[in-house]
Amino acid sequence: MSIPSSTRSTPIDPKFANSVGIVTPQTMHFDTPLALECNRTLPEFDLVYETYGELNADKSNAVLICHALSGSHHAAGWHSAEDEKPGWWDNMIGPGKAIDTTRYFVVCLNNIGSCHGSTGPTTPVPESSADGTPGKPYGPDFPLITIKDWVKTQAMLSDRLGIQVWHAVVGGSMGGMQALQWSVDYPERLKRCVIIASTPKLSAQNIAFNEVARQSILSDPDFNQGRYLEAGTYPRRGLILARMVGHITYLTEDAMKSKFGRDLKSGKFMYGYDVEFQVESYLRYQGERFSKNFDANTYLLMTKALDYFDPTRDYVSDDTLSDLEALKQTFKHTRCQFLVVSFTTDWRFAPARSQEIVDALMANDKQVSYVNVDAPHGHDSFLFDIPRYMGAIKGFLNAPFLSQKQQTATDVNTDAKSRTQESLT
Amino acid sequence: MRLDHELAKQWISPHSRVLDLGCGDGSLLEQMQHSLGVTGYGLELDEEHINQGIAKGLNIIEQDLNDGLARFADNSFDTVVMARALQAVKSPDTLLLDMLRVGREAIITFPNFAHWQNRLHLGLKGLMPVSEALPYEWYNTPNIHLCTFKDFEKLCADNDIDIINRFAVTDSSPASKKYSPFMASLIRKAPNLLADVAIYRVTKSK
Repeated sequence: MSIPSSTRSTPIDPKFANSVGIVTPQTMHFDTPLALECNRTLPEFDLVYETYGELNADKSNAVLICHALSGSHHAAGWHSAEDEKPGWWDNMIGPGKAIDTTRYFVVCLNNIGSCHGSTGPTTPVPESSADGTPGKPYGPDFPLITIKDWVKTQAMLSDRLGIQVWHAVVGGSMGGMQALQWSVDYPERLKRCVIIASTPKLSAQNIAFNEVARQSILSDPDFNQGRYLEAGTYPRRGLILARMVGHITYLTEDAMKSKFGRDLKSGKFMYGYDVEFQVESYLRYQGERFSKNFDANTYLLMTKALDYFDPTRDYVSDDTLSDLEALKQTFKHTRCQFLVVSFTTDWRFAPARSQEIVDALMANDKQVSYVNVDAPHGHDSFLFDIPRYMGAIKGFLNAPFLSQKQQTATDVNTDAKSRTQESLT
Repeated sequence: MRLDHELAKQWISPHSRVLDLGCGDGSLLEQMQHSLGVTGYGLELDEEHINQGIAKGLNIIEQDLNDGLARFADNSFDTVVMARALQAVKSPDTLLLDMLRVGREAIITFPNFAHWQNRLHLGLKGLMPVSEALPYEWYNTPNIHLCTFKDFEKLCADNDIDIINRFAVTDSSPASKKYSPFMASLIRKAPNLLADVAIYRVTKSK
């Protein structure tokens, strides 16, 4: 099929300088049932996506962007001239930027289970579904989705777009997990894999934070067992709390200190439980804002997808293996070149977690580069315009591709035993 | 390309696995990859250099050599190369042994502190030497563990490290190429005095 060109347009406003300009999301409908890891099936689904740049004749310049927990298909550009903000990765994607839309055809899709347009808990249940009541929102009847499921749907979209091999698959945080999963599930279908601020699997502490977030939502009386849309309620407070705790993990102590310190809103203690410290005000504001644009069931589903992520599960049968050994086995059949990026102050997915990925790849003689970017913004750093970070991505994507040479154990020259022992002054 | 690179390359087997410590912008690794088809990784700490290496399509890993090579398995490389970084690490002795744990051979180059120019600088002028091979002032030098041909060979002897080859480089040219045969033989005979850069190829004693 031909690639629709409706998502491209010429910049018309000064704020669109260095931008892909006005973009329009598109929808791809899939009416073949999708078997999910949880052993349930989605009878049909929609994927909403955006594209930037032009696909070249041999379809070799396509770059796939995978979004993180709160992200969407709207990675770059503007939906209208009135928009206050561009797409979530507009500093990364655009003409002349790290992911250069004058060179690459960039695709970003919204994952299923999300609430930004692709089929998810807020979508009406189709007649063909075995779950839920047709016509009513899926709500809690929407199946749990895994990173692997997402990657499967992304591959289905690739097929429809006629992209057999991605020039690169790129993602940060949860998006990095998808990129990693691509490299092991579809080794022939990508040349480069960029894994940013991510981890090979969540730690107990990561899961613990997610559980607090989930319990905040689940224990909100307005949650109504997830049928809040039907009940006409909304677990706003739960979602705010969930986001507040999540947000703390994205920042750093230093960043909070420099931004808020112990500053008080009114300059003095009020001896009560209303907002007093600036940091409280900020967190509540962020939570409020988030709760207006996000779906509670989606938040639950996304955090579970994070918790379940463990690419070794399908590739390692021996559960006595160490984490490194298991990851090493998992990466055995990958064929792409990797770039792994971490940020020094990220404690959610700390540099050590990225290094686990790097070490497992190197233990397999895989092609990998690793940068640990010094940045003050914690986990959120991957969304910031940091020259060194952008430079590494740009260089990696544009570099000549060195095809994987077969490793052959070469005997080291042993004939050079002719040691010359001259006298030293 | 740098001369110690050119020389080091002669000791690298085609299609072997190489680890380059302090790989800079990756120029040695790139050369070896193109001309010898080696595979491997470069370790570097300088941000700009790392990005330059990545942009060449090389495998560059951001790592401080002072953190050691624990992430690499025993004998996972044929050769571990370290060009002009030995003198800048915290524990050159530990790192040297670690290089020979992960690699079967190591190639090391370093500025020779006993070069006659350095001796003149210190002995007559009474100033810390500054030269082409040691282009820093004493207060801003990253070179915290400078040594000489003799020092290095003593370190090897003390740690059961065999020296397979040694090259003495003078004024950034190999002794045998630039000078008359007589001068070249002089430099070979007295490298500690006449050569400003040392290049060694070593292995662990069996």
